[in-house]
Amino acid sequence: MRMQDTLIGEDIAAYLEKHERKSLLRFITCGSVDDGKSTLIGRLLYDSKMIFEDQLDALESDSKKSGTQGESIDFALLVDGLAAEREQGITIDVAYRFFATDKRKYIVADTPGHEQYTRNMATGASTADVAILLIDARHGVQTQTRRHAFIVSSLGIRRIVLAVNKMDLVDYDPAVFDSIVGDFAAFSDELANGIEIQAIPMSALEGSNITSPSDATPWYDGPALIEYLDTVPIGDARADAPFRMPIQWVNRPNLDFRGFSGQIVSGQIRPGDSVKSLPSARESTVARLVTMDGDLDRAGPGQSVTIVLSDEIDSSRGDVLVASDAPAEVSDQFQARILWMADSEMLPGRRYLMKIGAKTVTATLNAPKYKIDVNTLQDRPAKTLALNEIGVLTLSLDQAVAFDPYDDIREMGGFILIDRLTNDTVGMGLIDFALRRASNIHWQALDVDRAALSEQKAQKPAVLWFTGLSGSGKSTIANALQKRLFAMGKHTFVLDGDNVRHGLNRDLGFTDADRVENIRRVSNVARLMSDAGLITLVSFISPFRSERRMARNLMAENEFVEIYVDTPLSVAEERDVKGLYRKARAGEIKNFTGIDSPYEPPLDPEISINTVESTPEEAAEAILDWLAERGFLDA
Amino acid sequence: MAPDLLLDQCCCVATYPATEDNGLKVLPLHTLTHLDRLEAESIHIMREVAAETENPVMLYSVGKDSAVMLHLAVKAFFPAKLPFPLMHVDTTWKFREMIEFRDRKAKELGAELIVHINEEGVREGIGPFTHGSAHHTDVMKTQALKTALTKHGFDAAFGGARRDEEKSRAKERVFSFRTIDHRWDPKTQRPELWSLYNARIKPGESIRVFPLSNWTELDIWQYIRREKIEIVPLYFAADRPVVEWNGVPIMVDDDRMPADLREQAELKSVRFRTLGCYPLTGAVESTAATLEDIIQEMLLTTTSERQGRVIDSDQSASMEKKKQEGYF
Ligand SMILES: Nc1nc2c(ncn2[C@@H]2O[C@H](COP(=O)(O)OP(=O)(O)O)[C@@H](O)[C@H]2O)c(=O)[nH]1
Repeated sequence: MRMQDTLIGEDIAAYLEKHERKSLLRFITCGSVDDGKSTLIGRLLYDSKMIFEDQLDALESDSKKSGTQGESIDFALLVDGLAAEREQGITIDVAYRFFATDKRKYIVADTPGHEQYTRNMATGASTADVAILLIDARHGVQTQTRRHAFIVSSLGIRRIVLAVNKMDLVDYDPAVFDSIVGDFAAFSDELANGIEIQAIPMSALEGSNITSPSDATPWYDGPALIEYLDTVPIGDARADAPFRMPIQWVNRPNLDFRGFSGQIVSGQIRPGDSVKSLPSARESTVARLVTMDGDLDRAGPGQSVTIVLSDEIDSSRGDVLVASDAPAEVSDQFQARILWMADSEMLPGRRYLMKIGAKTVTATLNAPKYKIDVNTLQDRPAKTLALNEIGVLTLSLDQAVAFDPYDDIREMGGFILIDRLTNDTVGMGLIDFALRRASNIHWQALDVDRAALSEQKAQKPAVLWFTGLSGSGKSTIANALQKRLFAMGKHTFVLDGDNVRHGLNRDLGFTDADRVENIRRVSNVARLMSDAGLITLVSFISPFRSERRMARNLMAENEFVEIYVDTPLSVAEERDVKGLYRKARAGEIKNFTGIDSPYEPPLDPEISINTVESTPEEAAEAILDWLAERGFLDA
Repeated sequence: MAPDLLLDQCCCVATYPATEDNGLKVLPLHTLTHLDRLEAESIHIMREVAAETENPVMLYSVGKDSAVMLHLAVKAFFPAKLPFPLMHVDTTWKFREMIEFRDRKAKELGAELIVHINEEGVREGIGPFTHGSAHHTDVMKTQALKTALTKHGFDAAFGGARRDEEKSRAKERVFSFRTIDHRWDPKTQRPELWSLYNARIKPGESIRVFPLSNWTELDIWQYIRREKIEIVPLYFAADRPVVEWNGVPIMVDDDRMPADLREQAELKSVRFRTLGCYPLTGAVESTAATLEDIIQEMLLTTTSERQGRVIDSDQSASMEKKKQEGYF
């Protein structure tokens, strides 16, 4: 049964119109040797007329010569390739094949089932929307089946076809099918969340349930393979995700045009939308979506576009344009799952290049926390990763990059590792999360530069310690106050909780011990600064009284000024400027002050500010008055 | 994309008519057609190469795949001009119409065009009639290409090859790495994950980049039609003088064809499915004079595209060897 449309002969224009609107689906086929993978693909190509007569003649004679099916056509020979090809030993052995139905064009990543399976399969799966797992009905679910399911689901494939093949050899017995489906379901719970599984009983050889429902399986009422592939939704998750576009190329034909070119990986964009360029976090508005065919009034995932912004913001290749209201995270330390793809094993502590989106940075890999045995899915201790091993480890970069967790947006969380000497691609990685939540810390734009601050001082040093909930207004007030002090010619510096966590304290997390160390370091820096005569504004949540007492005790007499920025949780949460409360409520951030970690208000602060009743400027004014009264601002 | 929209040169995805995917949950916006997705992928690849390599070039062979590749490149960098030159390795035996077309296209686009001819081969009088197709192709095309790449110091060269052309190409990467002497070493080919390409090479090494890897012959034709891309008229059937040589009908394009052969010329309605050196390119008898006719013929035909290439049947299963030697 070859899919030959009679329209081709009768009305080619109508045929072409119909076929120009096809969508595109990429899938991967996985199976152990002899499960019938080649036979299946060969049949799909043949049925969709991707095989020409001359190839077919060759196939027929080959079938007689070396086929396994006697006089009938051995479809497997179609895709098994030339002898030379098999011997040439390409390291990553993924073949891409193409066929089309009336509804869709298909790109099949065909990965051989032998030893190199893991990296081959991961390579094929990285671009696939759907995975077809072949099972030989006579053998049922094997260790390999589980391994294949684990790999494709790790790579983010959410739709799996369980192709129970060679049903003809078990007399199309529904009991066999049911028991295999049951076995598979028993372990598919271990896989990532939200995986849809479609089990289909088939015979690749006889063509049962490939293109249309088979008479041999009256007991099966699900779709044939092609029916399923033709109708499964494509890319739905990406479209709903927030807008992301890594900048590949800055298009500057002349002084009047500056466009940022890239392929949108998720979300939608329209002129007028507010976007941020990460990691700088500069904000602008989309002015135009330029293509050669005219400006677009919107664009979505998968499209390659050129975006013109309404402001001259200084972005370059490697930066990522994101939706302002749902930005990606920025960090330089991650936990990631790594699949090692090189013959020589990974060297912990060594520097590799890491390419993520259009950005290449230097990454240092730490020793794995553990590796995952793909056969048992058990964690095992590991000091390094060898070829085809998957491990979980942390890595730190020489500069911060924008990202999303791989499971949220593939292209924003997937990266490759490159050996700096050989230039080989030695590993692939999937970002799970930023380490120690440096991710959730947003840079504050400081308005006062260092040079200005180093000028002569006419002031008494002080450490103004702002404490309060996340989003209570500490940094805003501190910045407003700093501006006022600066205008008066005073020498100040702001130590912001967020900023410090990017540098000095980037190795610290939010465990109790780390919180104490965080405060200890910052207090010491503040002490050094006040030693240098500066008025230091420290803006730290510092939820615990004991921590603040520790800071106070470190400072010279009367130099520690505790300022309680008193904003009720409900107000701070409603403002949620950085979107952190929402994440905390959703359980994505643990130990978040005010949500699942306590805040202890100061009992006797020098200054207390009610942000509900006063503006940041009024608050700054009040602090200024307080300082002036006590002579801090005098020479 | 609906053809009627194309006629208006409108590419607004927002106006897509509903397709089978978007009836329910997914909005029309989310469903790009296969041509849209292939186009976007090719553009992505070209921008990566332009950004990550020092001195890229586009190998422009004047055929339909080159025409599509060039069109995509223009789109990728619009409104700027192409950030790399085009290079044609001219064996001096190309159809005359190809040369005219090539020069006109480059001029229209304001693109830099490098034409490289193996002058030594010309001095030695190398040609398909006198030296056989294999030797001619090796000297005038394969060796010439390597010399040209070395001479200009190109570290990346775009080529229009597709994976569907040949069984052995199915495993070829989009980025194909070549040693300093332009050899293809199966062991040094890199995995391609997601749309992340590792374009790092050492001095002297180079990359062949195939932005059309995932296109099929039918995709190419559909895209040519959708985008109204101009192609060399030789693809359309017309009455042309044809003779039989080595069992393949070829066209008489100039008088370098031996006189005894030329004398047998017959006017036939033919066209070409691929374009190369005229003595090495088999004509097919056809009356397909429009794009629709060509596509129709292609869909109804029963032989694969490469049958028309004399060079392939010259040595059977030789593609693999050609690749290793740097033909691609
Ligand atoms: N009876 C039967 N044999 C099959 C079926 N599918 C594949 N085979 C045979 O199983 C053998 C291995 O198939 P092949 O496609 O090469 O497996 P691969 O190693 O997974 O690519 C060949 O002899 C096929 O003809 C099927 O559905 N029924």
